[in-house]
Amino acid sequence: MSTAATAPAAAKRPAGALSEWLAARGGIVMLFAALLVFLTLPLAMLFVRSMQDKTGAGVGFDNFVGYLTSPAFARSAGNTLTFAGLTTVLTVPLAFGFAYAIQRSCIPFKVLWRNIALIPILAPSMLAALSFIYLFGNQGALKFVLGWFGVATVYGLPGMVLAMIFASFPHAVMILLASLALSDARLYEAADSLATPEWRKFTTITLPGARYGLISATMVVFTMAVSEFGVPKVIGGNYSVLAIDIYKQVVGQQNFNIGAVVGLVLLVPAVIAYAIDRSVQRRQQALVTARSVLYQPRPVGARDRSMLVFVIIVSAVMLVVMGMAAYGSLVRVWPYNLSLTLNHYIYAFEDGGVDRSYRNSMVMALWCGVLGAAVTFAGAYWLEKTRGGDAFRPLIRAQAMMPMAVPGLVLGIGYILFFNHPDNPLNFLYGTMTILVASTIVHFYSSSHLTAVTALKALDGEFESVSASLKVPFYKTFWRVTVPVCLPTVIDVGRYYFVNAMTTISAVVFLYAPKTTLVSISIVKLDEAGSVGPAAAVATLIVATSAVVTVASLAAEGWLLRRTQAWRRAAQ
Amino acid sequence: MSASSAVSEALRIEAIHKAFGSFVALRSIDLTVEKGELVCFLGPSGCGKTTLLRIIAGLETQTSGRVIQNGRDVSNDPPSVRDYGIVFQSYALFPNLTIRDNVAYGLVNRRKARAEVDARVSELLTLVGLPDAGPKYPSQMSGGQQQRVALARALATSPSLLLLDEPLSALDAKERERLRGEIRALQRRLRVTTVMVTHDQEEALSMADRVVVMNQGVIEQIGSPLAVYERPTTPFVADFLGKVNVLDAECIGGGRYRVGQREITTDANGAAPGEKVRLYLRPEDRILSDTAPVETLPNALKGTVRRVDFLGTYCLARVDVDGFEGQRMTLYLSLNQTHELGVSEGATIPFALRGERVRVFPRSV
Repeated sequence: MSTAATAPAAAKRPAGALSEWLAARGGIVMLFAALLVFLTLPLAMLFVRSMQDKTGAGVGFDNFVGYLTSPAFARSAGNTLTFAGLTTVLTVPLAFGFAYAIQRSCIPFKVLWRNIALIPILAPSMLAALSFIYLFGNQGALKFVLGWFGVATVYGLPGMVLAMIFASFPHAVMILLASLALSDARLYEAADSLATPEWRKFTTITLPGARYGLISATMVVFTMAVSEFGVPKVIGGNYSVLAIDIYKQVVGQQNFNIGAVVGLVLLVPAVIAYAIDRSVQRRQQALVTARSVLYQPRPVGARDRSMLVFVIIVSAVMLVVMGMAAYGSLVRVWPYNLSLTLNHYIYAFEDGGVDRSYRNSMVMALWCGVLGAAVTFAGAYWLEKTRGGDAFRPLIRAQAMMPMAVPGLVLGIGYILFFNHPDNPLNFLYGTMTILVASTIVHFYSSSHLTAVTALKALDGEFESVSASLKVPFYKTFWRVTVPVCLPTVIDVGRYYFVNAMTTISAVVFLYAPKTTLVSISIVKLDEAGSVGPAAAVATLIVATSAVVTVASLAAEGWLLRRTQAWRRAAQ
Repeated sequence: MSASSAVSEALRIEAIHKAFGSFVALRSIDLTVEKGELVCFLGPSGCGKTTLLRIIAGLETQTSGRVIQNGRDVSNDPPSVRDYGIVFQSYALFPNLTIRDNVAYGLVNRRKARAEVDARVSELLTLVGLPDAGPKYPSQMSGGQQQRVALARALATSPSLLLLDEPLSALDAKERERLRGEIRALQRRLRVTTVMVTHDQEEALSMADRVVVMNQGVIEQIGSPLAVYERPTTPFVADFLGKVNVLDAECIGGGRYRVGQREITTDANGAAPGEKVRLYLRPEDRILSDTAPVETLPNALKGTVRRVDFLGTYCLARVDVDGFEGQRMTLYLSLNQTHELGVSEGATIPFALRGERVRVFPRSV
């Protein structure tokens, strides 16, 4: 045996292969480093600082013991759980009914109802709170209704729950729409052939099929409510909750150590809910397989009529709540002088500092949209479609899912503690627009990342192998094939970041500087100053901006796809 | 290895071993592929055939062992510096590019003049029988057409090695049969060394110069299609390819074996007298009374037909053989033989076994 014909093992790689190798590894390492710096290290700082006193000396668990045994904590924790529990118990069944009506009955105008239900996504959560103040507050037009339910004032738990239902409703509806969207018609046909009554089909086929969606929606709504800041701030009155306690500790008293403790406490329910959701999703089997026949609802007169009535009532309430803030912002003195005026808008811009904060928010939201979409999609691509750097991949996956379990307030405190630390070389970022953009992208990273990963997984897994065999570096294929094919998803992700950047308050409330104040923070400031009209004006302005950008980007996307994506139409 | 064989050798695989954690996907695989040859990896799913192909392509990294292509050790090269074209089961055509751009994908990157690229693309599309498909998109084409485009794209850069990963398994039966012939003809014409992975034995037997039968990470047998079918060297190969009767027997010596109370004479002398063995014999390795008076032939037997399965142009008869003590055999009958010999349930049928076709394996395996 001789191996004379065998050349020695290729000692050096051709230049093209080397740059490809660097691009693949480099992308992975950069993604890992970015998540580490902008997510994991700030959160780690929470743990460090929660065990220190103001001078930086280690105090073990003293801060925890001190805080957890205080009567203030017991009251706030109880209140928070009551608020979140009530919100969840009311929102999820409403959302389920709504989603069921759209997916499983034959009512007309489904697209319209669906879009109405999703409107609150465009609004800051404070908007609903302001609307309920207009409706049921001390000068509320419908204040007398409170008496029917034995409620003295809308400020406090009742108003918080109402506003939170409104704010969390679209998130629950989206999850439940998805979980009710697909169902195997054969299960229903089999049940029919066995003469199964409707209610039994509902409890034995429909509900079990949707149970993962129900659990997921429950967890999402509960987590949102536990960590909600805007709603209790505006309509909470003296009803103390943990989210407000954090704000008071950090912003009011500059007590970062106790703030870190409260942040970690707030992390507990969020992490538990997240863990439940994940473990349920992992158990979820594909209920609908390629062999399934898709279920199509057939008209059932009585059911469809009652469903339609329900959907109309819910949609009307949505529109009334949304419209009340807009109307209130245009009325001179609610409810005494109903003549229309732009005074509240003028006041907000001229005296409320909204001229600057609105511009800042637009800049930040655009950056979040563009940069967020680019980073998220490229990151998901590097993670799913390149080879090498395998040690980093599980760490990136775990970090990418973390923001889902981290309330914005907690992230915000982590950012202060980490970036404001005098020894941090990144200290210069503190108080800049960059940190607002970074925190917002990280805050909304998980679901964007999942969206991008799902789109990438739908592509043929062998594109990269084929390009390698044709000696085309993977980044060329990324640009020529992957990005064009996934363009709708990239734009969706950008839009998601934009809208959330316009409305978010929880993380940025700790991070803005006088120069970088944001429009959502202006609502809080105006409301604190008792200027409900201007606050409503700003909230309305945010909705209008989000709506215009959403519609405009949808139109631009449609135009772009028609121009560049002939192959999509070719498929039909 | 002599110099002349090294010249004609396109691909050599040496002691390839692949483990995923504690699971061993491939163990000590050795294989040589000659230039211009079409070799099929055949085996049940999970046998390691696709993993081996992906190691040849550099898409998977072997745990140990070497891959030598055209005399060059490419074991640690990334796929982009190896020389091969590949067609996947899913075709992996780029959906947003036209057929022309798909085929030109690897050419454009080599900074060739546009006219040169265009000429090559139309040459390839003509070669695969789709001369007018250039401006279309993949979604406008049938599965078989997409398959041809994928083939054209893989061949565009004139690779010295063509890898086909289950290239026909996503097609319907008729289309699959047609493409089998087309791919084989194309491969012969271009004389491109080809390695194909399939789980379809008909595909492997009809297309390959040599078949590599794999099972549980090892190569069971390498040989021409006829050799692996007629002379399987392991019970697995005998069982996996085609249908086979398995009879428990005991060696008498001199190529003779006792099955029940009968004696079968074979050409297989491997076993020692008294050894417990299994005889493997295909349903068609029998002689029926339409061609000869079978009673006078060696290994003449008689049996009662218990069931006849009609399978189109042929039937399979389940026969209780007199003296076999309950060991039932399946016999192949053409439809005409079934009629002419009056084979039906309960009938008695005389036949003789072709002793020279019997394969003998120890019973412990």
